[in-house]
Amino acid sequence: MQEVRRVISVIAMNESSVLARVSGLFAGRGYNIESLTVAPIPKSNLSRFTIVTKGNAKVIEQITKQLNKLISTLKVIEHEEMVEKEMVLIKFSANESLADIKALCSAYNGGIVNAGENSVIVMIADESKRIEYFLSAAQRYNPIEIVRGGVVAIER
Amino acid sequence: MKMSGAQMVCEALIAEGVTTVFGYPGGAIMNVYDAIYKQSKFEHILTRHEQAAVHAADGYARATGKVGVAMVTSGPGFTNAVTGIATAFTDSIPLVVISGQVPLSLIGTDGFQEIDAVGISRPCTKHNYLVGSLEELPRIMKEAFYIASSGRPGPVLVDIPKDITAEMGEFVYPKEVHIPTYKPSYKGNDRQIKKAVEAILNAKKPLLYLGGGVVLSNAGKLVRELAALAQIPAVETLMARGVMGYENPLLIGMLGMHGSYASNMAMSETDLIVSLGARFDDRVTGKLSEFAKYADVIHVDIDPANIGKLVDVDYPIVGSITDVLEKMISLLKHSVKPDRYQAWREILARYNELHPLKYDDSDEVLKPQWVIQRVGELIGKDAVITSDVGQHQMWVAQFYPFDRPRQWINSGGLGTMGFGFPAAIGAKRGVPEKIVVNFTGDGSILMNMQELVTAAEYKIPVINIILNNHFLGMVRQWQTFFYDKRYSETDLSFQPNFKALAEACGGIGYDVTTKKEFDEALKDALKQNKVCFMNVAINRFENVLPMVPAGGALYNMLLEHKDK
Ligand SMILES: Cc1ncc(C[n+]2csc(CCOP(=O)(O)OP(=O)(O)O)c2C)c(N)n1
Ligand SMILES: [Mg+2]
Repeated sequence: MQEVRRVISVIAMNESSVLARVSGLFAGRGYNIESLTVAPIPKSNLSRFTIVTKGNAKVIEQITKQLNKLISTLKVIEHEEMVEKEMVLIKFSANESLADIKALCSAYNGGIVNAGENSVIVMIADESKRIEYFLSAAQRYNPIEIVRGGVVAIER
Repeated sequence: MKMSGAQMVCEALIAEGVTTVFGYPGGAIMNVYDAIYKQSKFEHILTRHEQAAVHAADGYARATGKVGVAMVTSGPGFTNAVTGIATAFTDSIPLVVISGQVPLSLIGTDGFQEIDAVGISRPCTKHNYLVGSLEELPRIMKEAFYIASSGRPGPVLVDIPKDITAEMGEFVYPKEVHIPTYKPSYKGNDRQIKKAVEAILNAKKPLLYLGGGVVLSNAGKLVRELAALAQIPAVETLMARGVMGYENPLLIGMLGMHGSYASNMAMSETDLIVSLGARFDDRVTGKLSEFAKYADVIHVDIDPANIGKLVDVDYPIVGSITDVLEKMISLLKHSVKPDRYQAWREILARYNELHPLKYDDSDEVLKPQWVIQRVGELIGKDAVITSDVGQHQMWVAQFYPFDRPRQWINSGGLGTMGFGFPAAIGAKRGVPEKIVVNFTGDGSILMNMQELVTAAEYKIPVINIILNNHFLGMVRQWQTFFYDKRYSETDLSFQPNFKALAEACGGIGYDVTTKKEFDEALKDALKQNKVCFMNVAINRFENVLPMVPAGGALYNMLLEHKDK
């Protein structure tokens, strides 16, 4: 069976060990996590997890079923039709060409968010695939540090 | 009413109708033990090891269908309990395990006897709680019992910091639970059920594949009704022995690694599996790609995650077996033509004649199969049977005449040696009117032999029949078959004096080497009504057959073993 990439959202109670329950399930059953983000859902006692995973159709089905089975889980959303974005922060040396960096960023929904004496920091928010393109283009300017935020997603 | 957290724990247990708690005290749980001392609504049985406390609660739950309760202290008390919890988890047994924890202020400081109980037990509980405040304690107790016993049952751990059990507060026990994130579904989808029934009507070789879920959902009667109505033959997993009853002509036998020839051939040739509360375990299916190649699959299970996990399913039905079977029966009543499956039933009957379960009896040495059948002849239906893990377990599953669900109690999923004796103690407490016999091995019994003391003290007359082959027999069998007889660390020739051991702990011991001695010992044990060890010397190199070698196809069974 063919491996596919999937974005799965989990709505679960915002309680102390729920992150361990979710991540422990992946570790214990040998499922793969490419990225995972968690944050509380405003005006509720719930949290939203966004998990990017890989596996064949059978594995993806088991993942959603096992996630649903957790007592703390309210809902599991596994859609092909998700709008997904990822954020990334990159630090460049101030000696690089700032104008070029700025132009590159604006092509990818981003810009400079901080400029200091020795370095500038830029932020991009885009689809994961485009983030990859951006990162390879940015290599030219010798990035000092790259911090990726993991995917967040919402149903269309 | 104002009371301490410890009292609240007791009041909650009483409100849940608990009459027996199995446990072992220690620092972090002492407040609760003090409250236990002051009440008289439930009894507490002090086992001599926490693992045994949990197995006893488990045996109690399996024999009665009620939630079993065990109580342990923090740190080593809890870690000792983990094997018991995991055993219950893999067989979906409803338990509430209460553990003490260090005070809230010490959590995270590596305090004395502090261990992350919810962390360790997360993968082997259905759910677990670290109680964070006195206010939430009553709600958590209520939820624990509800979660343990609803949906697909399982153990729930409630870990309670010591300061919370000391604190005073107002006790109001909730009447209902509100867990918005947990809503098990019991009702099977009507359309799916209808389609499944049509598949049964169109099949030529349908087969009921019965698992432990039938026992858990108390659906034995309905299963027998369905089988009788449609005249569909049935195979049982290790966990479902007793569901059909050994006298039922529609019962083909047990399937799987040590299943009967006819059962495994039935599974290999059926054109429609009707799976009820079974989960296609690897010990049942053998090589998956060769498993039931001609069959469509109806899979009824309360746990959606079980469906389609290993085998592709044509008719998935999520729901309780009881609900689904009631609907199936009412649909089949007017439409089923039992004659349609006549040829199929005859084929399977012929398979059973061709290769029945068998063994070569002997006049020189006792054969384990004879001992098991003899117990069946002498006390049969009057007994509840537990077992440990190994060859003896398989022989009991093959040869004991089980006649009802909950008569057979064993650790199937985890295969925990040491389970049998404490589980028998719990079962006897749950169904005191029955004789309780634990078939065990000379290896397994030593893993919880300290419970002799518990059984003697509380006068719990469990009969332990040690089928003594002076080997870790099941491992020895694999070494004989697959490791060229290199008997690495399986020879148990060095033995304790089992008779003296039992007597030293306040029980009775018997040494048995002949059929006559066995009959006499059993007769005496029944009369004395005291815990006993019956040390039965059996043929050392007896093998469990048939056998499907691990990873092999189910239809490729070793039917006999010829020594090279
Ligand atoms: C706690 C535990 N440790 C190890 C095993 C592996 N194991 C399975 S069967 C067996 C041998 C059991 O020997 P005995 O109790 O004498 O039973 P027999 O097979 O001889 O009937 C062993 C070691 C196990 N199932 N459980
Ligand atoms: Mg043995």
